[in-house]
Amino acid sequence: MASHGIRDRVAIVGMGCTKFIENWGLGLDDLMIDAANEAYASAGVTKHDVDAYWFGTAQSGMSGITLARPLQLQNKPVTRVENYCATGSEALRQAAYAVASGAYDLCMVVGAEKVKDTGYQGLNAFPIPSDGTGRTLTAAAMFSMIVPAYGNKYGVDDDTMRSVLTHIAAKNHYNGARNPRAQFRKEISAEQIERAPKMAGTLGVFDCAGVADGAAAAIVCRAEDAHRYTDSPVYVKALSFVAGNGSGLIDPSYDYTTFPEIVACAADAYAQAGVKDARAEVALAEVHDCFTPTELVLMEDLQFSERGTAWRDVLDGVFDLDGELPVNPDGGLKSFGHPVGASGLRMMFEAWLQLRGEAPEERTVASLAAGRKLALTHNLGGYPGEMVSFVSLLGADPG
Amino acid sequence: MRGILSWGVYLPYRRLDRSQISAFIGQGGGKGTRTVASFDEDTTTMAVEASRLALRAVAGRPDTVLFATTAPAYADKTNATAVHAALRLDPSVAALDLGASTRSAVGGLRLALQGTGTTLVATADLRTGRAGSADEAAGGDAGAALLVGDGNDTTPVLAEYLGGAACTAEFVDRWRAPGDVRSKVWDDKFSELTYVDLARNAWAEALATVGVAADQITVAVAAPTTRIGKAVAGKLGATAIIGDLTDTVGATGAAQPGLLLAALLEQAEPGQALALVVAGDGVEVLVFRATDALASFTPTRSVADGVTGGAPLAYGRFLSWRGMIDIEPPRRPEPARPSGTAAARSADWKFGFVGSRDTETGTVFMPPSRVSMDGERTDQMEPVPMADVEGTIATFTVDRIAYSPSPPIVFAVVDFDGGGRLPIELTDTDFDEVEIGQRVEMTFRRLFTADGIHNYFWKGRLVRG
Repeated sequence: MASHGIRDRVAIVGMGCTKFIENWGLGLDDLMIDAANEAYASAGVTKHDVDAYWFGTAQSGMSGITLARPLQLQNKPVTRVENYCATGSEALRQAAYAVASGAYDLCMVVGAEKVKDTGYQGLNAFPIPSDGTGRTLTAAAMFSMIVPAYGNKYGVDDDTMRSVLTHIAAKNHYNGARNPRAQFRKEISAEQIERAPKMAGTLGVFDCAGVADGAAAAIVCRAEDAHRYTDSPVYVKALSFVAGNGSGLIDPSYDYTTFPEIVACAADAYAQAGVKDARAEVALAEVHDCFTPTELVLMEDLQFSERGTAWRDVLDGVFDLDGELPVNPDGGLKSFGHPVGASGLRMMFEAWLQLRGEAPEERTVASLAAGRKLALTHNLGGYPGEMVSFVSLLGADPG
Repeated sequence: MRGILSWGVYLPYRRLDRSQISAFIGQGGGKGTRTVASFDEDTTTMAVEASRLALRAVAGRPDTVLFATTAPAYADKTNATAVHAALRLDPSVAALDLGASTRSAVGGLRLALQGTGTTLVATADLRTGRAGSADEAAGGDAGAALLVGDGNDTTPVLAEYLGGAACTAEFVDRWRAPGDVRSKVWDDKFSELTYVDLARNAWAEALATVGVAADQITVAVAAPTTRIGKAVAGKLGATAIIGDLTDTVGATGAAQPGLLLAALLEQAEPGQALALVVAGDGVEVLVFRATDALASFTPTRSVADGVTGGAPLAYGRFLSWRGMIDIEPPRRPEPARPSGTAAARSADWKFGFVGSRDTETGTVFMPPSRVSMDGERTDQMEPVPMADVEGTIATFTVDRIAYSPSPPIVFAVVDFDGGGRLPIELTDTDFDEVEIGQRVEMTFRRLFTADGIHNYFWKGRLVRG
């Protein structure tokens, strides 16, 4: 088995990202058009310059036509991609490989989701005919099972666990308050977080990511061509993907304090990028904070904290905006909500801004100026025990 | 010798204190409690639970299943087939529904006792009535199953059937149109007098047939109401009449004959003469004699244990479970109907709770898998029945936002003894009772109904006492 990666062979040369909100006034087409046009302008190209398209949406449309029709693409190959909540990231991965292979010179990725036309709360998967024996739990409930399992394993009492989760929620809302594209732009106090209505297990409203409509887009080319389009390309250092086999759901040795798919995915990504010490080398991470305990466990699975210690690092502010390794400086899913097809690209958009020095000063991470080089994005889909995982590493410097 | 080989009685976990009824709506109610089937139970699931208890106690297996209830989950489609599937009986075992009257339950028992082979008589009932009605307060929900046959060394006859009598009459006592939530009653006094006469006739004929004197017989009387039951019992001249359980359980309709016969057998000594008298559109009398084998038989769960178990249920929740009050559900989509073809392919799993075990590594898969966990081997599996295997809670949660007919959903990851894990809903369980490490057993339930299709599958419940 080999995973060679495409380190420094592909660059992102243009990006766009809509505001993520409950966008009653804009449909899927509008969101995709706005994100795509921003990305074209960012790279200084037109849609005719782009050779091929990858379009990620979980369930807002089917086939490449969902993108080709509103953008009026003329005889272009457009591939619709779905890979759970990592759909947007997966679309970029495919486009990056397409240019790396030499099949195309310039490819575009669009990820989009129109969630708020259903009339329901939360994200609701399209029903696939089944024998009726599958779980019907919400994602909130599935991820909430981490809390007692983690606390029990590492001897963290309920009150301390609550403080850890509250810290994560408050941090991401603090960051999101400084991001004009975010849906929720207010700082949320610990007291507000802890007295919010309970959704599942001990998780309250502020432990859960919201939902939103949104779209994001990226344009990729081979690294040697990057400066044709921009003076400050962002280079792909690693793209890793793991689809779990669902063993955690049936294997009693799985203990709900880690996500094995992400452990494997992160190890592959670090190997591709040549990262030896993630805690010391990664400047910022955009991670899939669908629920606060998810982010807690991710800090260990992504090798930022030793096993059983992330809760302490969280409380010590290691991952705060002004901390040693800022996590979700854009506000994360907590502040943005989660238009499934777009979220992975939204994470990359923050990496794009931070690595190019374009993030607003009030949320610019200090770690880059201090010499760290890499931004990490992490995007997952599914549930504890049955998950897909994506990890990318991006950098402003080639080689 | 032919007679009863085993029995199982299932009383649902929830109990409604009848005093709550008048406190809530200003009428109805009374003293004592009644059993209440959970929102995820119906007559089929209660028949399954009772039958599991009956079959777990003995080695014998039926060649026929008869299922009687006044509240069948399906019309046109057979309900006994779901019972058959959940019990993992051989396809050669016939599974038949009897008509939807209380009489059909004791009728099934009579047919089994008079017939050949080994028959499982499964009965269950849901008794509802309109809010504040006598039926609502006096009724109860239950399942009862009796295994009937000729017996052998390993599964001996516990109570020999000596004979019986029937006295049939057409008159209007209780009735309801199919689909109605409540039955109507013509005139209590008329019914009482009519049943007393019918009982006297049937009782006399039965005694003559079996040649046992009335004062040698201990009797259980199942009747539409406590009052009718007492009136009938008073005319029999029996040595003793056992309690009818209406104070605690209620009048359980089609389940009542089986329930009371079980109670009668559980108090019996070897050699004792026993009679079941059932009033319902006529009167049936069945007379038995307890055998020596009864002394060494232990029911899987005694009627007495079933009666003392359970936990209170708020009347408002009772009304919502019975469709009398519409409770606002979480704003999530309702589940789609299960696929009939997918369900047919996975019937062993869905109804029988049969997983697969890797013959090389012993790894248990729930649901069953064709490929080993390491992906190396295909179709090297054996079926592994898990319905009677207990497990331990590894972690748990409560989901307040998922769709459920009765939110919230209490949910746990359960590790089964001897291998196998399943994240699964817990029923008959309050969230604040749940802890890591608690023991869980499986129970057959109806998850939801969509497009008229009842989605049956298994849930966990805490092992209690």
